[in-house]
Amino acid sequence: METLEPLLSEHPFLKGLDPKHLQLITGCASNVRFDAGQIIFREGEEADQFYIIRNGKVALQIYTPGRGSIIIDTLTEGDILGWSWLIPPYQWRFDAVAGELTRAIALDGKCLRNKCESDHDLGYELLKRFASIVDSRLESTRLRLLDMYDSNP
Amino acid sequence: MTAILEKSTKEIIPSQEMIPEYFRITKTQKDTHDTFTIELEPPKNGFNFTPGQFNMLYMFGVGEVPISISGDPSDRNKLTHTIRAVGSVTRTMQKLKKGDFVGIRGPFGTHWPAEESIGNDIVIVAGGIGLAPLRPSIYHILSNREKYGKVVLLYGTRTPNDILYRKELEQWRARFDLEVLITVDRAASDWKGNVGVVTTLIPRSHFDPFNTVAMVCGPEIMMRFSVQDLLKCGVAVNNIYVSMERNMKCGIGFCGHCQCGSTFICKDGPVYPYNNVKDIFIKREI
Repeated sequence: METLEPLLSEHPFLKGLDPKHLQLITGCASNVRFDAGQIIFREGEEADQFYIIRNGKVALQIYTPGRGSIIIDTLTEGDILGWSWLIPPYQWRFDAVAGELTRAIALDGKCLRNKCESDHDLGYELLKRFASIVDSRLESTRLRLLDMYDSNP
Repeated sequence: MTAILEKSTKEIIPSQEMIPEYFRITKTQKDTHDTFTIELEPPKNGFNFTPGQFNMLYMFGVGEVPISISGDPSDRNKLTHTIRAVGSVTRTMQKLKKGDFVGIRGPFGTHWPAEESIGNDIVIVAGGIGLAPLRPSIYHILSNREKYGKVVLLYGTRTPNDILYRKELEQWRARFDLEVLITVDRAASDWKGNVGVVTTLIPRSHFDPFNTVAMVCGPEIMMRFSVQDLLKCGVAVNNIYVSMERNMKCGIGFCGHCQCGSTFICKDGPVYPYNNVKDIFIKREI
């Protein structure tokens, strides 16, 4: 039976992972598709998945009363969407909306959390990889907070 | 004594580099809420410059500012400057109309390595008004398109309303031989493009890092992080060029305001190979 394993093993995020861990992860993976404008998740909802975007575009948004939804990040092909599944209280911090037809691999976070609890090596590997994503998103956020294009810095 | 001083100054600096020449404005255009473009009529014999160079623009009675040339280097009959109104001189310039005059000294400074990069992929990373000094280089590359590999333009700015040369960017994006990626720092939900810092576009673009020349222009902090990401992608440090703009005042390396160690940005720059200025980028005292 064809599985998503070859696809996952090629992805930079999972590259170099122990084959037995890759197999465990593949067991939690499924293909998903979102139409343009479709809400993938909403702030406050339970975060029980993360996504590897294969193609398309996803806008991460935050709703501000009086100002409406503001896009804070855009994720595209190859990007990882969502890390709230890994960190308590496992709730989404933002809304995610497909900006165009988007195909992704969804990974079941609950299933992975259980596997990480019973196999700490897998847990550590995933945590390292997600920490690097969180780090780059934090750096990007800080740069934008600096308002570097301001004419009166 | 004055005569001696004048004589020695003239010997050091040719007088045409010190005396502004009158240029008549033929067109003004508002680009964004604080940015505008003026087109000037050069003297009869035209105006020559290489992409990346700048002029000193003089508003008589107000002051003088260094502004990069943002027009097509092959069009000798039109001199174009895109200016952001941030100080007294540029705010006064914002009020200029067709037919008014501006004093010009120049062109000064070093240029982007467009000619030297023939045969390579080109990555142009622009932030905010940093797109203006890179535009002549883009014109040059596009008019000699067959001489280059992949050409990628990555542009980041504050909001969708701050996008410079919007129509032109749309035309460039429609070309098959130019990859254009744009991102903004923040946007409302009706924005269909990318949101995020310009550095996030670097790994998303398609170029061969081992055969790429990168030209980077924008706020220094944006250049610093862009360079880091270009290096991370595999672009050779010797193939990365940046444009510095710190404290330029006279344009001829005479006043010393822009001196950073042994280099004068207005004379030895503004375009530098990154390797030559990487220490300046992290120097906090200057």
